[in-house]
Amino acid sequence: MNRRPTFLITMLGFGFAFFYVPILSMVVYSFNASRLATVWGGFSTKWYVSLFSNKQVIEALTLSLKIALVSATLATILGTLAGIALVRFTKFRGRTLFSGLVTAPLIMPEVITGVSSLIFFLLLANWIGWPAQRGFTTITLAHITFSMVFVTTIVQARLLQSDRAIEEAAMDLGSRPWQVLWDITLPVISPAILSGWLLAFTISLDDVVITSFTTGPGSTTLPLLIWSKVKLGVTPDINALATLMVLVVGLGVVIAGIAMNRAEARRMADERLAYRAQG
Amino acid sequence: MAEFLQIEGVSKSFGPFQAVRNVSLSVAKGEIFSLLGGSGCGKTTLLRMLAGFEEPSAGRILIEGRDMAGVPPWARPVHMMFQSYALFPHMTVEANIGYGLKHEPLSVAQRKDRVREMLDLVQLTPMATRKPHQISGGQRQRVALARALARQPKLLLLDEPLAALDKKLREHTQFELMEIQERIGVTFVVVTHDQEEAMTLSDRIAVMDKGQVQQVGSPTEIYEYPVNRFVASFIGAITSFEAEVTARAPGTLTLHVPAFGQEVTTREADFAPGAKVTLALRPEKLVISKTRPPGNAVQGVVKDLAYFGKDSLYRITLASGALVQAHAVNQARGVAMVADWDDQVWLSFDPSAAIVLGG
Repeated sequence: MNRRPTFLITMLGFGFAFFYVPILSMVVYSFNASRLATVWGGFSTKWYVSLFSNKQVIEALTLSLKIALVSATLATILGTLAGIALVRFTKFRGRTLFSGLVTAPLIMPEVITGVSSLIFFLLLANWIGWPAQRGFTTITLAHITFSMVFVTTIVQARLLQSDRAIEEAAMDLGSRPWQVLWDITLPVISPAILSGWLLAFTISLDDVVITSFTTGPGSTTLPLLIWSKVKLGVTPDINALATLMVLVVGLGVVIAGIAMNRAEARRMADERLAYRAQG
Repeated sequence: MAEFLQIEGVSKSFGPFQAVRNVSLSVAKGEIFSLLGGSGCGKTTLLRMLAGFEEPSAGRILIEGRDMAGVPPWARPVHMMFQSYALFPHMTVEANIGYGLKHEPLSVAQRKDRVREMLDLVQLTPMATRKPHQISGGQRQRVALARALARQPKLLLLDEPLAALDKKLREHTQFELMEIQERIGVTFVVVTHDQEEAMTLSDRIAVMDKGQVQQVGSPTEIYEYPVNRFVASFIGAITSFEAEVTARAPGTLTLHVPAFGQEVTTREADFAPGAKVTLALRPEKLVISKTRPPGNAVQGVVKDLAYFGKDSLYRITLASGALVQAHAVNQARGVAMVADWDDQVWLSFDPSAAIVLGG
C-alpha cells in the first residue's frame, strides 16, 4: 500500500523538475554578473538595465503586443461566430466540410500553415499587388487564421454545455434571433469568449514558426528577436528578457486563478443563501 | 364562434420517426388543458408546435381562428414555461421577468409597474434583485411563471411545470398555479407525465400514446370511463381480465371471465354475445368480505397486504392463479383489518363499477 504513493510522488517530482528546472536556471542566470551565460560571476541586475535601454527589444515587444492584440480580437470575433454556427445551426449545407475545415489547422503542422500562408501572400501580391510588403498585416492575418480555431473550439464546448432552452425562452418572449444572440447567447458564453481571447493572445505573442514565414524586412517580433539573438549565442540579457516574460505570464495566471476562486466562493455562498431561503 | 385553440389533424415527423400523428384537439378559453402521456408519446413535440419551435408536417394550428403556420415563436400570442425554467442566468429576477416587456410599447414606469405586479403575484418581491442561482428551486419555478405571464399571453404553455420540484413543494405549487390561473384567466396547456398532477390541475385531459390522442375528457371521465386499455392502465391502478360476452339484455351485460371461473354481470355496453372483451377493475371499487355477498363475487386468498394508515392495499390470489389488487379504507380505529395474510376472502363489486373494454 505504501509503495504506490512513493512511486507517484517520485514521478510527480521528476515531472515538475523536467518542467521547471530549465526555467529556474534561466531566472537565476539572468542575475549573473558575468558576460558568459554559463559561468556564474556574482549577482547583478545590469542585464535588466541594459534590456530597457535596448531600442531594438522595446520595438520588437511593441510590435508583438500590437499583433497579438489585433489578431486575438479579430480571431475571437470570427472564432466565436464559427463556434455558434457549428453548434446552433445543425442543418446547413456543407456543415461537415465546414467543421472539418475549421478544426484542421489544429492538427496541421505549423510549418505547413506558415509555408502556405507565405505562398498565398506572394501569389496575392502578384495578382493584385497587395500585400506589397510583408510585415504587420501579413503576420496578423496569419495569426488570425490559426488562433481562431482555438477560440472556436472553446466557444463550441461552452455552447454545447449551455441550455438551449434559454435561447428558446428569449425567442418565445418576443426576441428575434439576432437579439437573442446579443441579449442571451453572448453574455452567457462571455467567459469562454474571454478565455478564447486570452489563449489567442498568448499563442500570437509567442509564435515563431508562422511569424518567421510571414514576416518581412523590419518587422521583428519579440520571439523572432530572441531566436535571432540566440543564434549568435545565449547572452544574459536574453535570460533577463525571458525571465520578465515568465514573470508577466505567471502573474497573469495567478491573478486569473484568484479571481476564479473568488467567483467560486461567492457562488457557493449564494447557493447556501438560496437553500436557507428555501428551508 | 370557433374554439380558442384549434388543432386540426396535426402530424409531425422527424425523418422516418412520426412523433405526432394526426392529432385534433380544441381548447376553450380559460381552460386548463393537459397533455398526458409517457415519455416519447409526442406531447412535448405538440407543445413545441404550439409555441412555434417546430412546424407541423401536416395539419393546422389556429389560435382565435388565426392560422399559426409560418408565424415565428417571437410573433405568437403564446408564452411557454420551460421544464428547466430556462431562466437567464446573467440577469436578476426582475430583469428576467421584465425581459419580454421590452418588446411591448410601454414606458419605463409602466414596465416597472408590470414587473412589480408580477413579483407580487408570485410573492417574490424580496428576491427581485437576486440572480437565478441565488434562489431556491421553488422560487425559480415562480420566476419562470411570472416571466411567461408578464406579457399577458393569451395562451400559456407549461412543460412539466412541477417535475423539478420535490413532492411536498409540488402539492403546494400545484394549488398556487391553479389559483393564479383562476385569477388571471389565461388558457393553460400543460404537458405532464404525472397523472396525479394532470388529474388535480386540469379541466380536461388528452391522454396521448405513440403520437396519437387516445382519449379526451374531464379527469372523472378519463378515470371512470376509459375508452381503451391504454387509458385504463395509464390512469390509476387497475387489474384487467380477458372475458367473453355471453348475454346482453337491456341494462346489463353478462360476461364469462375464465380467471374467475364464473360469470359476472356489468352495465350494458355495446358488445354482442361472443365478443372478446377486457374486464377492468379498479382496486378501490372492490369490496373485501369474509362471507359471500350477493351479486358479483369471487373467492381468493390474501397473498400480500400493505397497511398505509388511512387504507390498506391487498393482493389477492384467485383459484385460477390470477392476482387482483383491492383497496380497503380503514374506517374504524384499532379494529383488526378486514382480512389477514392467507385468509380466505370474497371479492365483490357492483355491476356499475366494472369497466368493459374492447379487445
